[in-house]
Amino acid sequence: MNLMAIKVIYLNEMMRFWNTLFQSVASPVISTALYFVVFGSAIGSRIENIDGISYGLFIVPGLTMLSVLTQSISNASFGIFFPKFTGTIYELLSAPVSYYETLIGYVGAAATKSLILATIILATANLFVDLNIAHPIWMVSFLVLTCVAFSLFGFIIGLWADNFEKLQIIPLLIITPLVFLGGSFYSISMLPPVWQKVTLFNPVLYLVSGFRWSFFEISDVGVGVSLFMVLVFLSICIAIIAWMFKTGYKLKQ
Amino acid sequence: MKTIISIKNLSKVYDSGFNALKSINLDINTGEILGLLGPNGAGKTTLISTICGIVSPTSGEVTVDGFDIIKDFRKTRSIIGLVPQELTLGSFDTVWGTVRFSRGLFGAKRDDAYLEELLKDLSLFDKKDSEIRMLSGGMKRRVLIAKALSHNPKILFLDEPTAGVDVELRKDLWKIVNVLKSKGVTIILTTHYIEEAEELADRIGVISNGELLLVEKKVHLMETLGKKQLIVELKESLAKVPSSLDKHNIEISEDGMHISYTYIVKDEETDMSEVLQEITNSGLHIKDLKIVQSSLEDIFVDLVKEK
Repeated sequence: MNLMAIKVIYLNEMMRFWNTLFQSVASPVISTALYFVVFGSAIGSRIENIDGISYGLFIVPGLTMLSVLTQSISNASFGIFFPKFTGTIYELLSAPVSYYETLIGYVGAAATKSLILATIILATANLFVDLNIAHPIWMVSFLVLTCVAFSLFGFIIGLWADNFEKLQIIPLLIITPLVFLGGSFYSISMLPPVWQKVTLFNPVLYLVSGFRWSFFEISDVGVGVSLFMVLVFLSICIAIIAWMFKTGYKLKQ
Repeated sequence: MKTIISIKNLSKVYDSGFNALKSINLDINTGEILGLLGPNGAGKTTLISTICGIVSPTSGEVTVDGFDIIKDFRKTRSIIGLVPQELTLGSFDTVWGTVRFSRGLFGAKRDDAYLEELLKDLSLFDKKDSEIRMLSGGMKRRVLIAKALSHNPKILFLDEPTAGVDVELRKDLWKIVNVLKSKGVTIILTTHYIEEAEELADRIGVISNGELLLVEKKVHLMETLGKKQLIVELKESLAKVPSSLDKHNIEISEDGMHISYTYIVKDEETDMSEVLQEITNSGLHIKDLKIVQSSLEDIFVDLVKEK
């Protein structure tokens, strides 16, 4: 195994994060603060407690998931798309590096960035609400699994995309709506029965629900089901990447 | 001489159906400089890309230092360095950062002393902290070479290294190539600058339409296929070549002041004294003589035309 290659890919990707540290940190802090001002204080003050949790507190896991999902996809997709776009991918393809080592380097860095981001968001949220985590180990596990799964998904998008429009289209038109409609800012019990059933087809529901359970011990679906669904999504992403690597899809001619 | 790269029946058909390589067979020797000549789209870059692992072969076998490029890709790629045709570099990386990245990618342990030496050899050391986007095209080309040499490869592929660079840099790059050769690095150079292959290569391979037309020692190629032309300047203008000279296919210039005789150096039938004697016997008065040797470019053009 070429551990040195994994290390340099990982560090090179992390370097981009540190080089744009202000942008990387300021953006989530500001957007989290805005969400709290708008949803937590302005609108949230007029919303009843949900399962005994104040609305401001209730949205913390969903808000964290919203950023983690979009940033995991964005970081991983851009990470592998950029060398393809600039042509520097030649170096990866001609180096003694297996596809899986490349994957570990890129996805590892994207997931790390998302974890750092989640920590910043939770720290910011703690300034607005009194945050207590009921099951910290479950919380961290859900967070890590989600970061990795969606970084893998982002990697797939980055391999598939051959222009910037394609790179943006799935996060913009599919992921963001799914996150907003996946119970990030509400409990699905607040929806009419028909829409509750429809929402069950939204994979993001299971992530948010499981993550929220780790904070408040309340969830829309069972925590076991949430964990299972995260693992299913992770497995599907790994299977797709394995196929892409085996066929050299959009990588090798 | 030991073979370091062996290519057997290598073919590549792209998804579009374009047949880029047609059953290529080629052995490359340790320590030599092989110049691959060919027009645009001939298959030079596909051949290099296949050996380096960027393009998957459709059929055939390639071994590098005795190892298969697919089964033993780690062993083969770790001894290869590639300088691509395009200036493909991350604009915001520093010279030092990008060269160190390349070394790590090839699994080599950190060795700042070696990289410092390498940058000094390539006149890049004073630019080591500069961002790539701040460098000139020539400097970027040097950075690509530094990246390719960062892991101390035994084989270096230079894909059109001097395309679009000025004469001064071209000469500099030639010097670098010669220094690498003196250190025992095997170099495969694709170019469509005949002058470059003529200057650097030990052997010349000519590719056209995905076929390897020939591989010869440069000197041998020039000797066997190179033509010479005897140009005779006459004292008086001539309207027509005398019929006694017909068998030598002698041509006459438009002003009638020169006649020329084209011959192949190694041709057994060439007898210069006989030709000169017959020119004199035909009553022509010779003012001056000149012999012009065909260049590699002429040979290349003839070969491609023939095919």
